[in-house]
Amino acid sequence: MTGRIHSFESFGTVDGPGIRFVLFLQGCPLRCQYCHNPDTWAKDGGKEITVEEVLKHYAANAPFYKNGGITVTGGEPLLQMDFVLELFTAAKAKGIHTCIDTSGITFQRENPAVVEKFDKLMEVTDLVMLDIKHIEPEAHKVLTGASNKNVLDFANYLAEKKIPVWVRHVVVPTLTDSEEEWKKLGEFLATLPNLQALDVLPYHTLGVKKYESLGIDYPLKGIEPLDRAEAVRARKLILTARMRALKNKSGK
Amino acid sequence: MKAEWNGFTAGKWEKEINVRDFIQKNYTPYDGDESFLEGPTEATNELWAQVMDLTKQEREAGGVLDMDTRVISTITSHGAGYLDKDKETIVGFQTEKPFKRALMPYGGIRMAKKACEQNGYELDPEIEEFFTTHRKTHNAGVFDVYTPEMRACRSAHIITGLPDAYGRGRIIGDYRRVALYGVDRLIEDKQHQKDTTRIIMYSDVIREREELSEQIRALQDLKKLGEIYGFDISQPAKDTKEAIQWLYFGYLAAVKEQNGAAMSLGRTSTFLDIYAQRDLANGVYTEKEIQEFVDHFIMKLRLIKFARTPEYNDLFSGDPQWVTESIGGIGIDGRHMVTKMSYRYLHTLQNLGTAPEPNMTVLWSTRLPQSFKRFCAKTSIESSSIQYENDDLMRVTHGDDYGIACCVSSMRIGKEMQFFGARANLAKCLLYAINGGVDEISKKQVGPKYRPVEGDYLDYDDVMDKYRAMMKWLAQVYVNALNIIHYMHDKYCYEKLQMALHDKKVTRWFATGIAGLSVVADSLSAIKYAKVKCIRDEDGLVVDYEVEGDFPKYGNDDPRVDDIASELVSTFMSYVKGNHTYRGGIPTTSILTITSNVVYGRNTGSTPDGRKKGEPFAPGANPMHRRDTHGAVASLASVAKLPFSEAQDGISNTFSIIPGALGKDDQIFAGDLEVEMPEFESEN
Repeated sequence: MTGRIHSFESFGTVDGPGIRFVLFLQGCPLRCQYCHNPDTWAKDGGKEITVEEVLKHYAANAPFYKNGGITVTGGEPLLQMDFVLELFTAAKAKGIHTCIDTSGITFQRENPAVVEKFDKLMEVTDLVMLDIKHIEPEAHKVLTGASNKNVLDFANYLAEKKIPVWVRHVVVPTLTDSEEEWKKLGEFLATLPNLQALDVLPYHTLGVKKYESLGIDYPLKGIEPLDRAEAVRARKLILTARMRALKNKSGK
Repeated sequence: MKAEWNGFTAGKWEKEINVRDFIQKNYTPYDGDESFLEGPTEATNELWAQVMDLTKQEREAGGVLDMDTRVISTITSHGAGYLDKDKETIVGFQTEKPFKRALMPYGGIRMAKKACEQNGYELDPEIEEFFTTHRKTHNAGVFDVYTPEMRACRSAHIITGLPDAYGRGRIIGDYRRVALYGVDRLIEDKQHQKDTTRIIMYSDVIREREELSEQIRALQDLKKLGEIYGFDISQPAKDTKEAIQWLYFGYLAAVKEQNGAAMSLGRTSTFLDIYAQRDLANGVYTEKEIQEFVDHFIMKLRLIKFARTPEYNDLFSGDPQWVTESIGGIGIDGRHMVTKMSYRYLHTLQNLGTAPEPNMTVLWSTRLPQSFKRFCAKTSIESSSIQYENDDLMRVTHGDDYGIACCVSSMRIGKEMQFFGARANLAKCLLYAINGGVDEISKKQVGPKYRPVEGDYLDYDDVMDKYRAMMKWLAQVYVNALNIIHYMHDKYCYEKLQMALHDKKVTRWFATGIAGLSVVADSLSAIKYAKVKCIRDEDGLVVDYEVEGDFPKYGNDDPRVDDIASELVSTFMSYVKGNHTYRGGIPTTSILTITSNVVYGRNTGSTPDGRKKGEPFAPGANPMHRRDTHGAVASLASVAKLPFSEAQDGISNTFSIIPGALGKDDQIFAGDLEVEMPEFESEN
């Protein structure tokens, strides 16, 4: 089976534990305003690659990945669920650690066929990196073009399945930088016992050039990159809110 | 057992000169962390402040603070020199004062003269006259013998950086022998070697006997060097301080005698740790005192200086001494060789601040203790001053008592040495193949007049055919030029002290080198997988290329081009091996123009990979800048495929990466959320 990829990175160090082989799948249903990979949006772009080819690249340099594994990201990797399922099934058979970096937007709790597919995929997935872009449904829609219902459903689904999850949140000035929102996100995270890590990233403008070369207007013109210290503060507030919620729940 | 050896485990090393055996029987692997380390003493801080002040003065003076123009440097040529005699625990400078550069004319009088002039000094005319009329130098010897073809190759820069006018370096004396045995025992051993040579006087026997006499004389001078500083080093060192001092005298004698292109130290830390362990156990010295000795020793190594010309510094991008010290590694019995002294050496980067010299090189193995790996990483982050080399790869050939000369040349200490061979420019050689031996810049016929490429487009098989022939020619000229160079260096600028600290039977690596590997690999790939059009000048010479279409580029883990690169190394080596080598030297090659890639590029015309005339090559075995587009592992994998067995003198890959690309900053990311708990509670 073939998948459509934008590219691969042989030395991924920020997309899961260890050094990882990272596959950027082509195509994304969201249009996040701060997206820095607009070149991965189009579903018909990129080039085709087979599962065998991916594993061949991986095997060639396997010693580098002994504490890492394979991560699929994008784009939205779960747009090509069949490909990811086949890749991960083959990878797991070889004992390779598998990780999906996703927005969770393709999950549909009310659609049994979709849930069944996710069930299968989760059997061969070691870790999910979930991007919660905004905790409020309306704000999420403004930011990405879609409500966050599927995203939060997916988070709860992962909790039920006990699949380890790393949550990522990007702090963008004026869009996702209110303390209230962070607090709410923290409270939501308190409901996820499978949460292993929280990654709070400062907004950057490294993607602007790509927009220019693609001839797309950059949606966040005029917004300055966020100071790192502010992301550190956000992370602390989110975690504090999470802890408080956990304590309340346990009645302390 | 000698009194100085009390407490050491006995072994073969007592009966024969065998430092490795001493180390293996006596060293204590250290698995702990860095918490035992001590900071700098007041004396260390004061001495270092003095060094910083002198460094500033030297910079303000234009790079050289003082220079000998009359006294020819020998092991015993100068009186004692100090920074501050009362504060220095380890003593000795190359001349009678720090920062004064010595005069070393045996490599070549013109280079010595130029070094004086270009730094604003005047060489004593009597010295110049003497070394022009009465005493021949290495440089004069070489140019007496060079063929016109060799000279042409040299001026056209198809063979470059040849050690024909300066000291070849790349020889590591086993300076530890001075500390373990004392000089008298070493002289006795050399005398025995001389007494047991073959007795029919073939020319090689004559040479051997003459060299052994020179070596014995050098060792006698070494003892005198000790006396100049008030030490009797005829007997073994009896404690850590003496061991460091004795060892340093050995090294100091070498750098007083030779201005070599790389004057490396060897592998001394684990050896010295044996003395430190004994002294700590017996209460002879405290950890603080031992760290002070080490700090002062390293300070001395940082102050090794040579008189050199701006062109030399241009070729090597700076004024490097390559005082390389190899640290760590794994023993062949499976124990790692990290000791507390390994930590102490690296710790000087903190106590004295960072510095490029000595070039501390960690012999890296996946099996080094985790705490040491962590300490190395931490020190690297803070200092950017540690070099890492693959012990798992080199141990197979060289065992567990080898050291690195210069940046990557591995050799067993006291048992192997190298004839340094600079490098051949394979990119230029490709252009010669295309243009039938005519130099693309000077337009002179430098190579043989083979048939040039005809037509507008390059054909892979045709170019490869011509290239192989041209490489064969180049290898022959190159190896024979080196034969002359090393013959003359042995004759007129023999490293008698360093060779006195070697066994009688020495393995000689005959080093060659390759420049422009990635340029050629990409060029051949372009010819094979894209279309390369020749742009000719008015004389029909191909001076530029147009590449139509895309082609696989070296550095992306793509076998289509990586195989070309690997085969290139093997092919060139097979041509090198087809030649006679001086003194039974074993041919090897290196791909490591870490600093000279800019100069090589400047002297090479446009190449079929799209690189323009004068543009720099990639350093060493690196992929060309910005052509490796699949991430670090793919880039490293391409380099790692090069056959080390053919390039045992080293393959270097200069790799820079922004810190963020190495992983998450732990402030915005932490793997385990539970660690957040205490922080929360302290806030409430």
